[in-house]
Amino acid sequence: MTNIKDMPQAEELYKTLLEQLKERQKSGAQFQLAGLASGGAWVAERLAKDLGLANNGVINVSFHRDDYSEKGVKAFNSAEGMSTKLPFDVEGAYIILVDDVLDTGRTVRAALNELFDYGRPAKVDLAVLADRHRRQLPVDATFKGARVNVADDQILVLEQSDNGQFVFSTESKE
Amino acid sequence: MTKTAKTASQLQLNDQGELIHLLTLEGLSKEHILHILDTAKQFVAVSEADREVKKVPLLRGKNVFNLFFENSTRTRTTFEIAAKRLSADVVNLDIQTSSTAKGETLLDTIDNLVAMQADIFVVRHKTTGAPVEVAAHLPPHVHVINAGDGTNQHPTQGLLDMYTMRHYKQDFSKIKVAIIGDIVHSRVAKSNIHALTTLGCPEIRAIGPESLLPKDLNMMGVKIYNNIEEGLKDVDVVMTLRIQKERMEAGQVPEGDEFFKQWGLTKERLRLAKPDAIVMHPGPKNREVEIASDVADGPQAVILKQVTFGIAVRMAVMSIVAGN
Repeated sequence: MTNIKDMPQAEELYKTLLEQLKERQKSGAQFQLAGLASGGAWVAERLAKDLGLANNGVINVSFHRDDYSEKGVKAFNSAEGMSTKLPFDVEGAYIILVDDVLDTGRTVRAALNELFDYGRPAKVDLAVLADRHRRQLPVDATFKGARVNVADDQILVLEQSDNGQFVFSTESKE
Repeated sequence: MTKTAKTASQLQLNDQGELIHLLTLEGLSKEHILHILDTAKQFVAVSEADREVKKVPLLRGKNVFNLFFENSTRTRTTFEIAAKRLSADVVNLDIQTSSTAKGETLLDTIDNLVAMQADIFVVRHKTTGAPVEVAAHLPPHVHVINAGDGTNQHPTQGLLDMYTMRHYKQDFSKIKVAIIGDIVHSRVAKSNIHALTTLGCPEIRAIGPESLLPKDLNMMGVKIYNNIEEGLKDVDVVMTLRIQKERMEAGQVPEGDEFFKQWGLTKERLRLAKPDAIVMHPGPKNREVEIASDVADGPQAVILKQVTFGIAVRMAVMSIVAGN
């Protein structure tokens, strides 16, 4: 169990991440945000608003997950029924994938596959609130709130309260 | 029949209660049905226009065998498309020219195909219970999907009909459904009645001549109407069915024009249903026999949407059974 005082503070991480993306925007870069369902989609939605973007995309990685042979369609559950929706042209775009937690990198691999089913972007970056740095694939985030330490047997879960504020909590792995 | 059906509903679940075959909707729980419909909803997105690559890799490297011992165009094609959109390799067996025609038994054919590393069999057969017999014979890692057995069950059609009704009407507990025509020979009607009952539909009506209605409909909680005008009053869903002449003796029902006059779904009759009622048909439809052309092509018809949803529903069923 992670102590309360060690728990990553999602709101602070969000502010840090937002500043980094504002800097990128100031440099003149035109990008689109695509959040990974479900936690990443909430973060992308709030970022799009705070950055003055017209909209944001949602990516459901279920179809490209690599654990279907173990878990079957139960592996779909984490997307909570959100479907992939990209309300902009993927072809030739600069797209920043957004997720709440970067861990092994497997979800990001799946997200790239899903994204490329919709077209060939010019450039793709990754923005995350928290990096658990237990990578199993050669993947990293260009923008991150912070590196965080969470016990190996815990899952870091993002929740959004009614007023839009983010909170991290931990759950034991089944 | 009851004995077979019971065996079928037990056989299709493993010890953990997960779906490993889809043989019948009789006895399939509400949770299982809703899980299939929810999963299908996710698969609808795979076929949408803005997705350039209409294919996902879930069943990559799996072999799906379409075994159709009875003719079919729509069902076989949509199963094939569903399997291909999941990246499976699909083999369609032409039974007319196969070893079965040379006297090989069904189970011998199956054994040979298992030896070729089959993962999923999609089976249509004129005999009730044939897919159940196949499922009982198979090793645990091979799955069977019933694509229609005799006059017994057509579970994926029943599920795609549930998907369609849910899409247009949302809440099963608030709708009245009327099924018109040849119900006695219709495995589609049977699968629908079982699923609707499980999902809490409060009123299922069967409309047709006595010779085309099964004797046990009352026991299944279905209201019988021998007058189409009365039966259509205030319903939310109207399902028309083809007269299955190939399963009948001559003279069992009035022919073409005569049937249409008494039981055909016309514009005038459809007005008796709710103004936003949807019209469904599992196909193939016979125009001006069970349904008027201007109804089949009219604004209330969702017959072609059923076909499209059928792909997503079959993708869901294949990925659920193969994943358990």
